[in-house]
Amino acid sequence: MKGFIGGIHPKYNKLTSKSKIEVAPSSKLVILPLSQHIGAPCKPLVKVGDEVKVGQKIGESEGFVSAPIHSSICGIVKQISEKPHPVLGTCNSITIESNGKVDWDESIKPRDNPISLSVDELKNIIKEAGVVGMGGATFPTHVKLSPPKDKNIDCLILNGAECEPYLTCDHRLMIENCEEIVKGALILKKILDVKKIFIGVEENKENAILVLREKIEELNTDIKVIKLPTIYPGGAEKTLIYSITKRIVPAGGLPMDVGVVVQNVATAKAVHDAVYQGKPLIERVLTVTGAVNKRKNILVKIGTPLKDIIEHCGGYSGSVVKLISGGPMMGIAQYTDNIPILKGFSGILVQANIQIEAELDCIRCGKCLEVCPMTLVPTTIAQYSEKDMLEQAEDYFAADCIECGCCSYVCPSKIQLVQKIKTAKTQILAKRKQNAKK
Amino acid sequence: MTDDIKDALAKIYRRDDKVEPKKAFVTEKKPVIPIEEPKEEPIQKEPEKIFVKEEVKEERPHKEKKEEVFKKEPDKEPEVKIEATRQLKREKIEEPSPKIKAPSKFTVTSNPHIKDKSTVKSIMWMVVLALLPATLAGIYFFKTRAFIIILLSVVSALATEYIINKLSKRPFTLLDGSAAITGLLIALIISPSVPWWIPVLGSIFAISIGKLAFGGLGHNIFNPALAGRAFLVLSFPAIMTRWLLPDGITGATPLGILKEGGIQSVSYLDMLLGNIGGTIGETSAIALLIGAAYLLYKKVIDWKIPSFYIGSTAIIALIFGQDPIFHILSGGLLIGAFFMATDYVTTPITKTGRIIFGVGCGFLTILIRLWGGYPEGVMFAILLMNTVTPLIDRWTKPLQFGGKK
Repeated sequence: MKGFIGGIHPKYNKLTSKSKIEVAPSSKLVILPLSQHIGAPCKPLVKVGDEVKVGQKIGESEGFVSAPIHSSICGIVKQISEKPHPVLGTCNSITIESNGKVDWDESIKPRDNPISLSVDELKNIIKEAGVVGMGGATFPTHVKLSPPKDKNIDCLILNGAECEPYLTCDHRLMIENCEEIVKGALILKKILDVKKIFIGVEENKENAILVLREKIEELNTDIKVIKLPTIYPGGAEKTLIYSITKRIVPAGGLPMDVGVVVQNVATAKAVHDAVYQGKPLIERVLTVTGAVNKRKNILVKIGTPLKDIIEHCGGYSGSVVKLISGGPMMGIAQYTDNIPILKGFSGILVQANIQIEAELDCIRCGKCLEVCPMTLVPTTIAQYSEKDMLEQAEDYFAADCIECGCCSYVCPSKIQLVQKIKTAKTQILAKRKQNAKK
Repeated sequence: MTDDIKDALAKIYRRDDKVEPKKAFVTEKKPVIPIEEPKEEPIQKEPEKIFVKEEVKEERPHKEKKEEVFKKEPDKEPEVKIEATRQLKREKIEEPSPKIKAPSKFTVTSNPHIKDKSTVKSIMWMVVLALLPATLAGIYFFKTRAFIIILLSVVSALATEYIINKLSKRPFTLLDGSAAITGLLIALIISPSVPWWIPVLGSIFAISIGKLAFGGLGHNIFNPALAGRAFLVLSFPAIMTRWLLPDGITGATPLGILKEGGIQSVSYLDMLLGNIGGTIGETSAIALLIGAAYLLYKKVIDWKIPSFYIGSTAIIALIFGQDPIFHILSGGLLIGAFFMATDYVTTPITKTGRIIFGVGCGFLTILIRLWGGYPEGVMFAILLMNTVTPLIDRWTKPLQFGGKK
């Protein structure tokens, strides 16, 4: 059933797969960066000293590929300034201090029959709610749901694979909020006008598969839950589409080129909340795991400082070396814990008592080729990248790397292959963009 | 049904009997939670010359500080700081330690943040282990001579690498096992009748010219052990072609008899067990196959090269009216196919490339055996294919997923 070549079987360490989702205590302060999504950053709609309510729009999206930002607590705007950002380094952020109340914005009202709304109205609701891809990519959902007219979409896939080790937030979401996920999928089905809907879930989440199938039967829909083999990176877009539909996304292309739209299960839940309850995207589930005293899956308000969450989980334990936002394979190591939780944060992994091993020379063992899901030659691209030979690196398809990390994982010489390939890839893509503009 | 499913189903069907939620899978007693990372011990000794490239932006707390803190206050209750990892481990504190301050520095590296535990060292020593059956078989059949040759060969290989690394100020690499493998392989592919200085000379050439002159591990073009043997065969042909039978009498090898056109007097069983004339390591096919099976099981070597090498040898032998099984079991084919033609550095990295390499080696081996000047073709076949490895790699570049030609 796997289909795609390559992939690895790391130790999964799903230490929190049985922990129910806890609601994190509300914090006194939230920091909302104006860029939490792919696309243009937002323009602030409030100024220092304004009072904001829960769910009030405080950042307006500029351009088509963008999503608005909403306040996740009720309080007063204290600052609009540059603050540390997990992905960009620093970003212009709105800091809101809580005034203890929980007043919701007046525009937030539940709807009782949203399926009857038109496609454009539904897309507008999703856009206004600021829903972005919650799997980590944070691509604005309403853009993904509006493919160009010449792309014929006939298949919707919900990504419940969660192939990264340590992360269990999607797993718990599927068990505990399966109704919202299925209803969200039906809304997406209406918008895209597709007949085939699949939910891909890995084998190690048997209970989630059972629960989803029960709910689907109860709601009498024709969504199929596909059991995927447990392999990393089975949840990456291209490999997921190949595993389920056997369609190959062309190199440099997008899933819509083969008629497929992929959404994370958490995004489907956010779509449900936006459409049925009128709630904008102001909270998300994430997994706090690793070297913390209490590992859990928690529901946090977007913008909560990371330090508060770690404290709520009992604090660090052991000699902390790394703080990673996301999973261990594709997550970003942070230089400070002074950062807020963003829309795309799927997990916090604290690593302690580990060693960074020294790099040796490539011994040409060929393991990186065996595991690359995109059938590239990582070691050669890395060697060209080190010597700044970009044309040769492009010749070896450096631009098609999905940065999954499988090659670096297996390398016996402990070479940082992903770092080197990323260097070449960003330069190649920047050059292509420049050439395209001319 | 597990509690999770009960919970979720209870929600769906809105039953009123309460289902107890399962406790989070966490014990609150262990503050130091071992993470399954390559090494959990704090760094004991770092080899002086191995340097970390610029990936590590922040530095870890210094080791000297930790030792001092412990030495100064051995009787006091240890202050629960992040620096005091060793103390935490020794004292085995039972309650969670809420006083651990947030660390002031975090290490930033590129993803991925977990790695497989295999290292160059572990791979190389597994190969040495796989060569042990053949080594022991060689010593059993050829007695003390074999033992001395093996010892001299390995020691001179290690010494050469150590001396040259020291002189050229390169990092200390003896522990990674590759010099030991080269030394052992050279001993296993020479006749037991040679004088003591032959393996020493061969090892020195193999390590210094065959490996280090090109840049060390990962940069050599030719298989170092075969380069060493080629040097010996070309420089001292008479000594290198004098063979012993297991009982110590000088005699011809099966391939030697084939070249001369004589009548074979050995059985398949003799060739399997090693009761024939030949080099120290190549005579016992069973011992080699045991080692090879271990390497294949541990996925240290790729199955493609040996199978295509041996297969193509057998098929081409058959085409030319030779006995395929004889050709598989005779000479250095088995040791060449499983231990030399599978050397990482000198063979192609792509999958198709490895198949081409295996077939090419097989073809050249039979060519040399039947029509070449030497009775044994494995050494030159592999060395010749080593020269075209970069070309094979370039020709067999794989297309990316979703790419078009």
